[in-house]
Amino acid sequence: MRFRHLISIDDLSRDDIEYILELAEKFLPVAEGKKKEKPLEGKLLANLFFEPSTRTRMSFEVAMKRLGGEVINMTAQEASSVAKGETLADTIEVVSKYADAIVLRHPLEGAARFAAEHSDVPIINAGDGAGQHPTQTLLDLYTIKKESSLKNLKIALMGDLKYSRTVHSLIKALTLFGAEIYLISPPSLALPEELFEEIREKVRVEVAELEEVIEEIDVLYVTRIQKERFPDEEEYLKVAGSYKVDAKTLERAKDNLIVMHPLPRVDEIDVSVDRTKHAKYFQQTFYGVPVRMAILYEVLAENGS
Amino acid sequence: MESKNKEKSAERLAVSKIRCGTVIDHINAGKALLVLRILGIKPGSSERVLIAMNVPSKKMGKKDIVKVEGKYIGEEELNRIALISPNATINLIEDYRVSEKRRVELPSVVEGILTCPNRNCITNSREPIKSRFHIVKKGEEVRAVCHYCGRRICELDRYVV
Repeated sequence: MRFRHLISIDDLSRDDIEYILELAEKFLPVAEGKKKEKPLEGKLLANLFFEPSTRTRMSFEVAMKRLGGEVINMTAQEASSVAKGETLADTIEVVSKYADAIVLRHPLEGAARFAAEHSDVPIINAGDGAGQHPTQTLLDLYTIKKESSLKNLKIALMGDLKYSRTVHSLIKALTLFGAEIYLISPPSLALPEELFEEIREKVRVEVAELEEVIEEIDVLYVTRIQKERFPDEEEYLKVAGSYKVDAKTLERAKDNLIVMHPLPRVDEIDVSVDRTKHAKYFQQTFYGVPVRMAILYEVLAENGS
Repeated sequence: MESKNKEKSAERLAVSKIRCGTVIDHINAGKALLVLRILGIKPGSSERVLIAMNVPSKKMGKKDIVKVEGKYIGEEELNRIALISPNATINLIEDYRVSEKRRVELPSVVEGILTCPNRNCITNSREPIKSRFHIVKKGEEVRAVCHYCGRRICELDRYVV
């Protein structure tokens, strides 16, 4: 077993990541329902969601069930009524005796690492507040590997690069693969200086405009610019409007450029992009299933059986 | 030579010798009270403590000194002082004589000493949890990274519990 818990992408080496991506590839036909394999039969997964999330929760549930395992759920609503007054530590102590692994989403940063200290069974972090969301990073990497390539990659990250932890985690992981990175954002939402310095020591990274790099890049990763980051609506509309991708923007792009987005999108990717060959964001979301299968298999099958 | 003597005598005036115990010297000026806090010496504590603040020092310009009578403070506890005063020196005193002299060494991890400024960090919730920071030195600057939420902090004296 390479890891017992999955808390942060920073805990994984390039080798660990490649191993998970290969395992995901193996499970892809199972995820698509084309092949049946039940290595997790008899295993029980507890989904503990202290914050609402449909996609991530469903994706874990699908992954577990496709591998023959079963799932119990605690939704955000139940978390607030059932566990009223109970600490996370106590909830984890109890649930870790019911289930063979726990998927946790919690509003506080560091909750997953703390939960792991109180759990007899593996904890998989499905997002802790503005903190880590390692399965998102792994599915992003899988999408790049599958639909483009992680070798000699030129990737542009566009949108909110300051607050988006999805972007921060992905950038850190990409430095392990030697990618060339372009950063496209309004100045007020630029990548934090410290992170910029950290990655500049490892890979080529440049601040750019989309028009300058659109012909060169292999991947365009777009993130949402959140309204609440701006003092007023007008300012928001001005900025958000200039970081929007539509089919016309992509006319000069490489034939095999892929556009990714962690979803949900607001209007940073126009629906006109959906019909182009570049759009991979829905596929990207689906790839969450084989990637989560690989993670569940890694922590459960080789552990208990 | 004369100035050194003056300095010495000023120091002697400020803090008298202790018979046995721990002397923490070369504390950055103005940080003596924080040192006490780090060592868990609070109002109501029973230790006999001598403090000198802003004492002239040739090396540092001004420095603070803390003497704790009758108590040999453990290495791990003393090393926490490096968080706010990396040049501090420790003298263990036996029968008015220095029996051991060393510098504080920066610990790699500290628990329960610093608070995380991130309000959304799990360590600031009502969970049964102690803060935990990994300490890193970048050039002359000492920084700490929260074990749980990853928040980085510098100017650590602002975050001492």
